[in-house]
Amino acid sequence: MTTSQAHTHSDGADQAATSSARFGPFGGRYVPETLIAALDELEEAYREALSDSDFSDEFQALLRDYVGRPSPLTRARRLESEVGAGPIYLKREDLNHTGAHKINNTIGQALLARRMGKERIIAETGAGQHGVATATACALFDLECVVYMGAEDVERQALNVFRMELLGAEVRPVDSGTRTLKDATNEAIRDWVTRVEDTHYIIGSVVGPAPFPRLVRDFQSVIGQEAREQILELEGRLPASVVACVGGGSNAMGIFHPFVNDADVRLVGVEAAGEGIASGHHSASLSAGRPGVLHGAMSYLLQDEDGQVAPAHSISAGLDYPGVGPEHSFLKDSGRAHYVAVDDERALAGFHRLAELEGIIPALETAHAVAYLLDEGPREAREGPVVLCLSGRGDKDVAHVARAEGRGSLL
Amino acid sequence: MTESVSSASTRLPTIADVFNRGRETGRAALIPYVCAGFPDADTSLALLREAAEAGADVIELGIPFSDPLADGPTIQRAAFRALEAGMTVNGALTLLRQFRVDHDTPVVLFTYLNPIHRYGMDRFVEAARDAGAQGLLITDLPAGADPALESAVRTGGLDLIRLLAPTTTPARVSRVAEGGSGFLYYISRTGVTGARTELRTELAREVEAIRARVSLPLAVGFGISTPEQAALVGGLADGVVVGSALVEAVETGGVEAGGAFLRSLREAMDRRE
Repeated sequence: MTTSQAHTHSDGADQAATSSARFGPFGGRYVPETLIAALDELEEAYREALSDSDFSDEFQALLRDYVGRPSPLTRARRLESEVGAGPIYLKREDLNHTGAHKINNTIGQALLARRMGKERIIAETGAGQHGVATATACALFDLECVVYMGAEDVERQALNVFRMELLGAEVRPVDSGTRTLKDATNEAIRDWVTRVEDTHYIIGSVVGPAPFPRLVRDFQSVIGQEAREQILELEGRLPASVVACVGGGSNAMGIFHPFVNDADVRLVGVEAAGEGIASGHHSASLSAGRPGVLHGAMSYLLQDEDGQVAPAHSISAGLDYPGVGPEHSFLKDSGRAHYVAVDDERALAGFHRLAELEGIIPALETAHAVAYLLDEGPREAREGPVVLCLSGRGDKDVAHVARAEGRGSLL
Repeated sequence: MTESVSSASTRLPTIADVFNRGRETGRAALIPYVCAGFPDADTSLALLREAAEAGADVIELGIPFSDPLADGPTIQRAAFRALEAGMTVNGALTLLRQFRVDHDTPVVLFTYLNPIHRYGMDRFVEAARDAGAQGLLITDLPAGADPALESAVRTGGLDLIRLLAPTTTPARVSRVAEGGSGFLYYISRTGVTGARTELRTELAREVEAIRARVSLPLAVGFGISTPEQAALVGGLADGVVVGSALVEAVETGGVEAGGAFLRSLREAMDRRE
């Protein structure tokens, strides 16, 4: 089962200090006291769900019949020709219902919310993909849904706002701070503090206080489990490299996790370098940040000399976040995974090339990983096949890219 | 339990002194929150002085943070304004040092973990002690979340002020109290800070339930905005924390209005018998 990788244990007491809350020095539970009981409750519900075959059966059935899993592993032959190396495979999370990997997590967490008897769901969203996936799960399970979204993102992603509303969710624009994903997350946490008794917070990435990073990773690790089986069947061997984009890092953790113990598989996370690391306008927390605490976890963080969180920048709203999941920080420091950064310009080039070469318009987030392979493919493919996590489709970004390229008059 | 040792080597009154005196005289402590640097450094220093003179027994001095996720809109606004005006961790400690020239009211520094983590916990605790702080409250460092950081606060000689919430389980209340010192801060309603016209009606029952389990003084806050509420809470608890409503008073009428507001709370609390 998807969630069998979990190592969560609860003794019902101050779990933040226990090893299950952390990845080395990273993670933990740096939250207002009000939330401790809810996190304990969630941890306990999750632990029980893991040993309940009805839960995993229902989750697996929904992934198959509603999300459309397993997602294919597509060989990208024209991309191979362009790169001059291969084989390169694309793990097609773009073909999931709602168009990205986000739905794997929201279905799992909505099932947990129902198990806990919580009838109200809140979520944060950047580009809107997680918001749409949450609204979708809430429609399916008849749960009230409130999505917090930075006011700037509400303007940039009007279509996704309407999509969430069609699905019955209420979208609340957040006007404070940088008016993007970071502040939407602050506001979601504030909401949760206020209504914790009847509300579950479906966090959208492998971030936040324990047990969220582990729980979201477990729900997303279906990506890597399928990819591992598929590549073994197609190639008769494990990949040499697995490449994924990293904002908060949920698609990357999902595909990395089942390969972590395969020491010969290189794990590469691609962050957003925005206008370039040197410009200071980027979202490369692992490449250019330092450990700190935001949204409940210790992890690499973009911050200034005084410990104030620095504004992130990326052309991709989904990567536009100054923090990163704590397990990525652990994988970086342990050397198990490697993290690189790709700037806006290269990401746009990757966006176009994948569309032209494979007939697949990737999400701008995913385009960062594509761009990395366009440059470094020969190196990554030297020892064997490469698997790239195609985390989402790019329909949501078409208008944004048109504007970025001065063709806004088309829209 | 770690008793307050913070000021053993100086002649400043400790937080424990304040509450011991209050318990002897039946007088609840008034604990205003002042955001360092709001609306600017000089005004916040003037407000610190005004608060002490208006009858504050302990002052919470907030060090602003870019992502105050436990605070409501009013204190967020104050924090953002202070940061825009250039307030820093060292800037807040400088304000405290200036306040200490002529005031001995105990001060608890109130902030989020990241600015302190960046500064270095040991170095921060030492600098805070040097500047004249008696206690430290870190909103996003709940009891037990990071024992090493918490013990650095205590061994550095600051009272570790811990929070209790309505959602804190009875068993956890006892554990929270064991590692704290100075006083315990009970968040009187489930929610983030912000003035409320009504306090929770169950407050008396909640305070009694906590009191049955802990011996540290208990301050109550988050939502107190009128003299009547302050008097009500002062009759139930050892201390009354007022934050958002003071910020709003200062926004409207400056330091003078802030002082008048605190005096109105103090008078109502003293009159309650």
